[in-house]
Amino acid sequence: MFLINCPFCGEREQSEFKAGGEAHIKRPKQPTELSDDEWAEFLFMRKNIKGVQFERWNHAHGCRKWFNIVRDTSNDQIKAVYKMGEKPPVK
Amino acid sequence: MKNNYSIFSLIKNAFSYHENWEKAWKDPEPKKEYEAIIVGGGGHGLATAYYLAKKHNMKNIAVVEKGWIGGGNTGRNTTIIRSNYLWDASAGLYDHALKIWEGLSQELNYNVMFSQRGVMNLAHNLQDVRDLKRRTHANRLNGIDAVYLNTEEVKKFCPIINTSQDIRYPVLGGTLQRRAGTARHDAVAWGYARGADEMGVDIIQNCEVKGIKRNGDTVEGIETNKGFIKAKKIGVVAAGHSSVIANMAGLKLPLESKPLQALVSEPVKPIIDTVVMSNAVHAYVSQSDKGELVIGAGTDDYISYSQKGSHDIVEGTLNAILELYPIFSRMRMLRQWGGIVDICPDASPIISKTSVKGLYFNCGWGTGGFKATPGSGDLFAHTIANDEPHKLNAAFNLNRFVSGDLVDEHGAAAVAH
Amino acid sequence: MSKNLRFKSSKQVDETYRISFKFNNKTYYGYKGDTLASALLANDIHLVGRSFKYHRPRGIMTAGSEEPNAIIQLHDNTSRTEPNVRATEIEIYEGLVASSQNCWPSVNFDIGGINNILSPILPAGFYYKTFMWPKSFWEKYEYFIRKSAGLGKSPKEADPDIYEHKYIHCDVLIIGAGISGIMAAKISAKNGLKTLLVDEKSFLGGSTIYDNSEFSKINNQITSSWLEKEINEISKLENLEIKTRTSVAAFHGYNFLLARENLTDHLPIDQRENKIRHRLLKIRAKKVISATGAIERPLIFDNNDRPGILLSSAIKKYIDLYGVACGENNILFTNNDTAYETALSMVQRGIKVNAIIDNREDIDSKLSYEAEKNNIRIFKGYTVVDTYGYKRINGLSIMELSKDGQKVIGKKIRLSCDSLGVSGGWTPAVHLFTQSGGKLKFREDDQVFIPNKYPSDQLSIGSCNGDFSLEEITTNTVSSVKKFLNVNNTDYKTFEIITGINKSKRNIWLLPSDKILGKTKSFVDFQNDATAKDIKLALREGFRSIEHVKRYTTTGMGTDQGKLGNMHALGIISETAGTKMGEHGTTTFRPPYTPLTFGTIVGRNVGEFFDIIRRTPIHDWHVENNAKFENVGQWKRAWYYPKANENMHQAVQRESKAARDCAGILDASTLGKIDIQGTDASEFLNRVYTNAWSKLAIGKCRYGLMLNEDGMVYDDGVTTRLDENHYIMTTTTGGAANVLGKLEDYLQTEWPELDVYLSSVTDHYATISVCGPHSKKIISKVIPDLDFSDEKFPHMSFKNTKIGQVKCRVMRISFTGEQSYEINIQSNYGKSVWEKCMEEGKDFNITPYGTETMHLLRAEKGFIIVGQDTDATMTPIDLQMDWIVSKKKYDFIGKRSLYRSDTIKDDRKQLVGLLTENPEEVLEEGAQIVADIKKSPIEMLGHVTSSYYSPNLNKSIALGVVKGGKKMIGQKLIIPMENKNINVTVADPVFLDKEGERLNAKL
Repeated sequence: MFLINCPFCGEREQSEFKAGGEAHIKRPKQPTELSDDEWAEFLFMRKNIKGVQFERWNHAHGCRKWFNIVRDTSNDQIKAVYKMGEKPPVK
Repeated sequence: MKNNYSIFSLIKNAFSYHENWEKAWKDPEPKKEYEAIIVGGGGHGLATAYYLAKKHNMKNIAVVEKGWIGGGNTGRNTTIIRSNYLWDASAGLYDHALKIWEGLSQELNYNVMFSQRGVMNLAHNLQDVRDLKRRTHANRLNGIDAVYLNTEEVKKFCPIINTSQDIRYPVLGGTLQRRAGTARHDAVAWGYARGADEMGVDIIQNCEVKGIKRNGDTVEGIETNKGFIKAKKIGVVAAGHSSVIANMAGLKLPLESKPLQALVSEPVKPIIDTVVMSNAVHAYVSQSDKGELVIGAGTDDYISYSQKGSHDIVEGTLNAILELYPIFSRMRMLRQWGGIVDICPDASPIISKTSVKGLYFNCGWGTGGFKATPGSGDLFAHTIANDEPHKLNAAFNLNRFVSGDLVDEHGAAAVAH
Repeated sequence: MSKNLRFKSSKQVDETYRISFKFNNKTYYGYKGDTLASALLANDIHLVGRSFKYHRPRGIMTAGSEEPNAIIQLHDNTSRTEPNVRATEIEIYEGLVASSQNCWPSVNFDIGGINNILSPILPAGFYYKTFMWPKSFWEKYEYFIRKSAGLGKSPKEADPDIYEHKYIHCDVLIIGAGISGIMAAKISAKNGLKTLLVDEKSFLGGSTIYDNSEFSKINNQITSSWLEKEINEISKLENLEIKTRTSVAAFHGYNFLLARENLTDHLPIDQRENKIRHRLLKIRAKKVISATGAIERPLIFDNNDRPGILLSSAIKKYIDLYGVACGENNILFTNNDTAYETALSMVQRGIKVNAIIDNREDIDSKLSYEAEKNNIRIFKGYTVVDTYGYKRINGLSIMELSKDGQKVIGKKIRLSCDSLGVSGGWTPAVHLFTQSGGKLKFREDDQVFIPNKYPSDQLSIGSCNGDFSLEEITTNTVSSVKKFLNVNNTDYKTFEIITGINKSKRNIWLLPSDKILGKTKSFVDFQNDATAKDIKLALREGFRSIEHVKRYTTTGMGTDQGKLGNMHALGIISETAGTKMGEHGTTTFRPPYTPLTFGTIVGRNVGEFFDIIRRTPIHDWHVENNAKFENVGQWKRAWYYPKANENMHQAVQRESKAARDCAGILDASTLGKIDIQGTDASEFLNRVYTNAWSKLAIGKCRYGLMLNEDGMVYDDGVTTRLDENHYIMTTTTGGAANVLGKLEDYLQTEWPELDVYLSSVTDHYATISVCGPHSKKIISKVIPDLDFSDEKFPHMSFKNTKIGQVKCRVMRISFTGEQSYEINIQSNYGKSVWEKCMEEGKDFNITPYGTETMHLLRAEKGFIIVGQDTDATMTPIDLQMDWIVSKKKYDFIGKRSLYRSDTIKDDRKQLVGLLTENPEEVLEEGAQIVADIKKSPIEMLGHVTSSYYSPNLNKSIALGVVKGGKKMIGQKLIIPMENKNINVTVADPVFLDKEGERLNAKL
């Protein structure tokens, strides 16, 4: 189980967190203008990266804050943690 | 013709100390070109190649596998086979598979040990009861053998379940599919490999795909660590790694690859002779022929290709096991492991053409792909050979994520195994 | 009568403390400190069990957790029974009862032994090739296969013992308290690091603690004495916690480890009551040092599995630690020097060593000269080719090895013995290291895999790192631990080491025989009866990867997980295939290192602690009033309140009628409540609900429907505007946590610009709903100061008020279609307010009703229950709730998905009412709905989602979803049941009071 360095609370056990999937998929501002294909792309299509991935996590059993993590999904090593709205610190 | 497998061939070979058995499959180097290449040498991929050769008269086929055949989810799953799915499309797909399972050992001349010991799903709250009854009615009308059992009948069918109404989430009933059961996972991969090999399919192990070559909207072949291999048709059956291959072809899929764990106990004499699944109290258990309790845990919620999951998941599963089977408290966990499962948003698979001509995907089986192996191979072979889906897999296309016509087994049954 | 093979004054056992135990129904004696294995050996018992496949007699082979053969059933037919317990691990206690497994009728005469005779037709994987005819017979074959497989027996009763979990955080965790672990602990703790040292044994010091030989010295002291002093010293260190009988089971990522601390398994049963049996330690260590030692390898030759054949190191341990000889007439068989240590230990105790068979031709070490000096015959360059004796070895034959070690030459020499010690060199115990993700490298010199790349902050030291000699261990431990911990000070200066061991070794994975391989049984996996010829057969049949070979032959799949034989399997594969070691993979060692009891993993989370129970503040009242409860999520909700002889149906009919005719009262405290505040609260609600919220006046309530982004109904509930920037939202009981999570997600990640704050207040309030034509009268008595006139307090509005001195909120909202008031008051007043309502309502026949009646009443009104009338495939349009989907709003969660090609179809499944032809017939919820029963395949149009007998309408009513149902009102459909078809008519889903007059009904 990972140790996750919550940017608000510090290092905590993974069991306190919930994963929220791929990060930086912005909800379209004008969904009604999108084609079915474009909407499906937002709704369902994912990179599902093997390797370094930017992803969302929530400190569900702690401060309830959402934040971002950079993690290598091939070995689960966390490279960096950053707050929502911040630029990724690596790559 | 290869050695036919039977008790007589075993006796015959005993006289020559089993020195004369032939290879179950060869280990060829790849040719320059194939009519069709299947990426992924798991059960589904090998079955696809087998049916392409057998039913569609293709002779020049390769299966490329990055590791060793059957080494992914085929060899890591808890081998539950059933077809009592809710939606018509799913029931059609899985029952097609189940019917093939029923004669598979004879067809392959390889004992896949398909054991129809029944699969029972338990209900632990009133909504579970409604859902299971709904499913049972749908199954019956779809010609699938399923019966609803009350608590006493559950207890009678599997006496070691704790059916006390005083436990936290008492058993309120269940459904039973008697034709359902388990099979020997390795044997399925090996049996299909042997059968495909005999019809001339090249099974190429340790051959990792590094790229998919496209010419505009048409696929041309694959780059591998053993060089470029040309083919007009490429079927990808790469389970947890489907997205990785899709990305090579410039496609995105509606998949997330997550850790799924399982464990076995030490072997003991027969104690449970059916398969029992519970979604609400998340536990499912059967006993292998060797005597090990085979226990499936749930998925973690994050994407990972590490083949490891978190301990909490295992612990939670065993909590549930002891809730339903307090007698197993002193049994011991012998081995635990993880696999990578590719999950679709609607918990149903994709067996589909793609926007790239000649490129086909068979993926998204999530936690329950093993049971579909023969049917999935058969239908995927049909789709590749005819460049259009069979009616049984038509609903499992990629376009459903655009149109919204999902096959939502997820919403229908909390966890679809 | 059995012999006594015990001699006096051993290190481990307390000869003043005699213990009786039973093995296979016979009473024996041992001493405190014995393992079951050492006690059995002292009684000259080697035959302990039968093997898995061939049922061959098997004895004790090792002295530790790697034991494949000597596994027994403990306390058969009792609640504390346990299968597959290793006799080499369990410490004896007064009253221990053990029996042999996998044999019938007895270990001495086992019918299953016939398999050994049939073995020529049972090669590896035989079951894949047969049992296929006739087709339907597999289950019949399987029945017998299953019966003969398995080892011990599962317990049949619940476990009387208790278990617990403990979290430990430390700077340094050291696994293994052998010489290197002890030294590392000293360095770590003395440098101020919080250190935890664990060892699976009951004592410290590992195998060095009984290294009493004159030929092994550290700084001029006998090695064991030197180590004892070290142990004495560290036991006083402040920063060091030492846990014995604690075995590390799993080494996960981020230095998270699981260890089992065994607290009572060595105590007599009567001393275990109310004590914790095992404690599962969940350890987070900043740094981990593995000092897990090495496991001696057996040698692979024909009939290498007979009782009486042990690892040479095990024999030494039984002698030096437990004071037990494994035989009176001993032979050792080795390819390296360590067996000579065993020989000399025997000599020292006056035990006869008949001969040493050594694979090596040139042997040059002090130990070998000493052995020769003691008149032990050494057969140099020889190998054992066969052994004799069925239930106990009684002899063996040896032959000379050819120069290349591939053949045997010369004459066969037969020797007699009653015990054979084998040593094939040592395998570093890298299991935990590889579990953690560590990568190995192969060291050609002595043919071992050793740690190469560490995946986390960890270090391997001592023999698990491939350092086998005392010099390497001492010197390398100090230098590598210092570097790893980044410390400079240690008590260790230089080491003066004396050792008799020469490192030379002649490694032959599969020893040659004078027979052809097909006629031999050279076991690689002892428990599973996988032999060298099985491995070669697998290779012949095209299985090349180690994982294939393992699975095909079952090598390494036993309860010992291949601790003894995996290396040989790899070796035989690489020799046969002509490839380098490791090229076909090293096998992955999966957790746990040694099997872990389910109970230990689960800890206290069993029975009443399985999952928390959420109870409402009024729960006790429901209990006192005979409520039956329903689980809804983690909540216990009152389901119905049967009176004296009522069954559920009768109770629900009574409750339902009372609620419509007089008054009903419901505990609605479980509904989720989310407090929403902030200047953008209205805008936020606009975005999360399908309908519009900006114009909702302060003091008003509105029903809202929430969708998923894919357009499907997710949750519903009433939200009240308490103030300009303050709302309270209610959610479904089961959906509360998910809704809050989802709202937080959107708020924090998609719309951070909104000024909105969310708090869950579900547990802060008790919610009491009083409904029915008399509700206003009752509620007016409960809260006399408030004006309940319809003008002042209309439907869908709310008031702040007080009951006595206590502030509360009253909402006039209705889920039953009746006039209805909902009091929300601080939880701890909930029960008293409920009781007050009951008191004031007495004259009006106020009737408590549960969730079942609630469901019935709302179904009469056609109100949906999310999760019952919807699954994840229903849009609001499908529910005929178009009215709640704002056409004006630019966007809300899920809006876009409502306009996809499939979701805009007008023949989707839609919610309708269903009326049975026979009004007394109540449909089964979940039943399917069809139009044409004769069509094949039958087309299912939908299903019944809710169904009740309505006492208010005096007929059966149901809700269901039907394909294209909106346009089918009045049409006849069929519900095909197993034994009959039920005719129904599609109806409007609102069965009662379509005009909504009852909301303001005046009596």
